[in-house]
Amino acid sequence: MTAVELSGVSRWYGNVVAVNDVTLTVGPGLTGLLGPNGAGKTTVLHLMAGLLAPSQGSVLVGGEPAWRNPEMYRALGLVTERESVPGFLTAWEFVLASAKLHKLADPVAAARTALGIVELRDAQDRRISTYSKGMRQRARVAAALVHDPRVLLLDEPFNGMDPRQRLHMMELLHGMAEEGRTILFSSHILEEVEQLSGTVQVIVSGRLAASGDYRHIRRLMTTRPHVFTIQSSNDRLLATVLMGQESVSGVSMETGSLQVRANDYGTFTRALAKLARAQDIRLTGILPADESLEKVFSYLVAT
Amino acid sequence: MNMTIIGLTLRALLGRRRVLMLVPMPLVLIGLTLFGITADAGDAADWGPVVFGNLGLSVILPLTALIVGSSVLGLEIDDGTITHLLTKPLPRSEIVLSKLAVAWAVTALATGIPLAAAALLAGSTSLAAGLVLAVAVGSLAYCALFLALSVVTKRPVAVGLVYIMLWENILVGFVDGARVFSVREHATTLADRIGDTTLLDSTVPLATAVGVSILFIVAGTVGATQRLRSFALTGEAN
Repeated sequence: MTAVELSGVSRWYGNVVAVNDVTLTVGPGLTGLLGPNGAGKTTVLHLMAGLLAPSQGSVLVGGEPAWRNPEMYRALGLVTERESVPGFLTAWEFVLASAKLHKLADPVAAARTALGIVELRDAQDRRISTYSKGMRQRARVAAALVHDPRVLLLDEPFNGMDPRQRLHMMELLHGMAEEGRTILFSSHILEEVEQLSGTVQVIVSGRLAASGDYRHIRRLMTTRPHVFTIQSSNDRLLATVLMGQESVSGVSMETGSLQVRANDYGTFTRALAKLARAQDIRLTGILPADESLEKVFSYLVAT
Repeated sequence: MNMTIIGLTLRALLGRRRVLMLVPMPLVLIGLTLFGITADAGDAADWGPVVFGNLGLSVILPLTALIVGSSVLGLEIDDGTITHLLTKPLPRSEIVLSKLAVAWAVTALATGIPLAAAALLAGSTSLAAGLVLAVAVGSLAYCALFLALSVVTKRPVAVGLVYIMLWENILVGFVDGARVFSVREHATTLADRIGDTTLLDSTVPLATAVGVSILFIVAGTVGATQRLRSFALTGEAN
């Protein structure tokens, strides 16, 4: 079993703290690293991949330190977010070169297998510069897993992929996770993580905001306060009725609408329609306030 | 040494348009030599120092080494493809030595061949031999220096130009001691001693030229290796 362990890890650049006292363990299986842009996901991945020194704390991959330890790369593969590929090579040359740099016993067979896994065999003899974004991404994934690593780190692997490529990549990651590999991918999109992985690490502003099973985090999100803008045939009456509900913490009258603060998303949304019907009020508009991921995160951090 | 790195580096280097920058300078050198021996430009003592010293060893050699030496590793650091190399279980010295070998070979060939040809045109085989040796040593010292610069600073070409222009071209003229740390002076001394020619002037003792050149080579290689060992990817971190 190969785990990636961060204990008390901080990383700062001058006065800016990019990662703040993060302790987490990523074990075999598929784990999502979720967080808004600029939260420090890339820094965390680079720390794990030994491309950055922790300012404080320790980063271990399979019990070995990640920093200044090239031998670790026998067990680890990294797909960076930056689309950096030597475009003058074909995918075959690129992946084969990776296999040779790993000093594998049979680099040709390893390259063939890796390109087969990402289904790039048909296009392998074209220069990478002629590839679409998704194909480049797959070429980079093939190069990162050519040595059959126990740990694979992927930074925003779904960026710029069309839905079909995305689905294919998800299947690929699932398959590798089921083989017992430790796979960690970062994303700023909630749905990607939800579809893909049971275990989630949420990073906000360089801190580990939540960690664990996806359903647990989902619950944190659905029971948090929500603001709705509601229009109805009788705003004043509705406001009175809503204030009697425990799931509602505040109502304010606007011109032509109501602003309702619900402290329990689930209970409130189930109760609203019944209440309106009982009072013979016609609802003409229900608008949840903007549910951007950043808001969800800021809530998670505050609790 | 790692043949895969050498192969990839050669392809990256020779496949770029940047390599065309190496073509005009040798052409000018050969052209001036032909002009010198055919036209009534006087004897070789008049034009020789300009062609072999002022142009060959003072301009073509350092600039070629600068273009090549700062590219072999520096371009990969610039465009981020260095991560592919860094995430392999390779001793960092293997990466640096392979890169240096490519830079050395390309620089030595690109400057040694035209200089030797020019010396032969001028009718001196011993000068040709001296220049080849001077270029071999000088290009290795320059490349080690510029390769190390490309790992240490984000602007290796600018810093390298400062060294060539300010240190080697101006400071050496005012401060005698500055010669000791000038690769150009080392190369000139070597070419002069081996070539046994009046066209070039030794400016430092031979032992100094050899010793300090070796110092440049070792310090550059070791420095680049050390720096690469704790190379932090800061550019794209957020």
